[in-house]
Amino acid sequence: MSPSKSKLRPDLAAIAAHVAPGSRVLDIGCGDGALMAELQARSQVDARGMELDLEMVERCVARGLSVVQGDANTDLADYPDKAFDYAILSQTLQTATRPDLMLDELLRVGRRAFVSFPNFAHWRTRAALMFGGRMPVTRALPVTWYETQNIHHVTVEDFRELARAKGANIERAWFFANEKEISAPAANWRAEFAVFQLSR
Amino acid sequence: MNAAAPSKVYQLPQPLPLDSGQALEGAQVAYEAYGELAADRSNVVLVCHALTGDQYVASTHPITGKPGWWDRMVGPGKPIDTNRFHVICANVIGSCMGSTGPASEALDGKPFAMRFPVITVRDMVRGTVALLDGLGIERVHTVVGGSMGGMQALSLAANWPDRAERVLVIASTARHSAQNIAFHEVGRQAIMADPAWADGDYYARGTRPDNGLAVARMAAHITYLSEEGLTEKFGRRLQDREAKSFGFDADFQVESYLRYQGSGFTRRFDANSYLYITRAMDYFDLAEEHGGRLANAFEGSEARFCLVSFDSDWLYPTAESRHIVHALNAAGAKVSFVELSAPHGHDSFLLEHEQLDRVVKGFLE
Repeated sequence: MSPSKSKLRPDLAAIAAHVAPGSRVLDIGCGDGALMAELQARSQVDARGMELDLEMVERCVARGLSVVQGDANTDLADYPDKAFDYAILSQTLQTATRPDLMLDELLRVGRRAFVSFPNFAHWRTRAALMFGGRMPVTRALPVTWYETQNIHHVTVEDFRELARAKGANIERAWFFANEKEISAPAANWRAEFAVFQLSR
Repeated sequence: MNAAAPSKVYQLPQPLPLDSGQALEGAQVAYEAYGELAADRSNVVLVCHALTGDQYVASTHPITGKPGWWDRMVGPGKPIDTNRFHVICANVIGSCMGSTGPASEALDGKPFAMRFPVITVRDMVRGTVALLDGLGIERVHTVVGGSMGGMQALSLAANWPDRAERVLVIASTARHSAQNIAFHEVGRQAIMADPAWADGDYYARGTRPDNGLAVARMAAHITYLSEEGLTEKFGRRLQDREAKSFGFDADFQVESYLRYQGSGFTRRFDANSYLYITRAMDYFDLAEEHGGRLANAFEGSEARFCLVSFDSDWLYPTAESRHIVHALNAAGAKVSFVELSAPHGHDSFLLEHEQLDRVVKGFLE
């Protein structure tokens, strides 16, 4: 199995860079397994995935990855406490039935968690809503309101508040705009995507 | 039914110990092999057959003349590629296609019949492991099986954890449910209610319990299909007639289909083997063998697992596969799982299914 040649998405690259070699990882909503493949190839990480979409699961299996077809809303309950060094939820929080409960589960099955999501408070989104008066369709949120899988739009500030309410420590955070990392100040305005590293 | 001469037979050098505490003396295991064995013996794929299957996985069946039961899966360039893998498929102990079973001669020269010891799935795997020993194969690249074949693959992984690198389990279960046992009991009672069964001692007689065996097969066959599949294939259509006969002929197409399945089966299968093998499946409970906790069965396993279920399979539904996946996760084993969509119920694993092909191929590579 060779590491994927294509470049990782910036949020995944930030996560990949901060997963300790040799650790056990659960990638929830792992898609086609790009992050898992990278982690396994680069730092001998024991990566497991969970993914709802059958075709994605099939692609993971064909890549030699261990992926269980399942729904993160319900199936995380099957994993024992602290079964993983890291639980990763990339671009999936906003699709969860109950993001708060999913964050609990994430911090239960993993010693640490990484969460990445599109920031709904990005200026482009705000502008679209303010001036267009319609639900924004932007680079970060490219699907119309009735077709989107994102059922709980969240902002950087909302997430910080949720982490506080859940008693989770935010150990690190990364913010991205135009595929590039940006500094933390004013991230709630400027970031298209955010990545948080949490523990409890 | 005449026992066909299998192409290869392995005579076990020692008695085969059984879960019942008995041992099977002078047992033999019949098998087929395909593709070249690599010099370092690293390319063996062990295929385990289902209840009424046999070792003719990818070669013409000697009695029916039909292609092998997984001919579409095993062969040159196929998902289990015999250009790359050396595929071995053994007939299970208790069966009737060359491996020692109730129709075989006991030490007194007469068929065992009901003197054959009751066996388990683990006993079947013991026989297959003895064959691997005899062939000098310490570790297989992959063990794969559907239905009862999946039970054997799980049993091998649990009881001989060093013998398989990868374990592929399709449409199977870690234990037989009450419903599974109930259907098997219907089949067994149908066989034993046939006067020609003669307490299992029919081999020397001119008649065999074909009617009972056919009914057993008909009942089982329904469990292999889905309502959707049956409706699509037959609906309520009549067979070779314009109107109902107001009698008990096979008015409906589905009736004549089942009768055909039943009678075809009696030509290639021994009724006593059906009793013994269904019993072995009913006894199967991998958790029970391992202290009541399924995860114990896989503790410390280094193997990679892949489980596949079909959404229309009500014999071994997806929940059974998920149950195994949870146990593997709890044991920290490497596991993948997919539920594939298919209209044809349990039998889907034997039928054309492109996604299954891709999963199998991908998992083996």
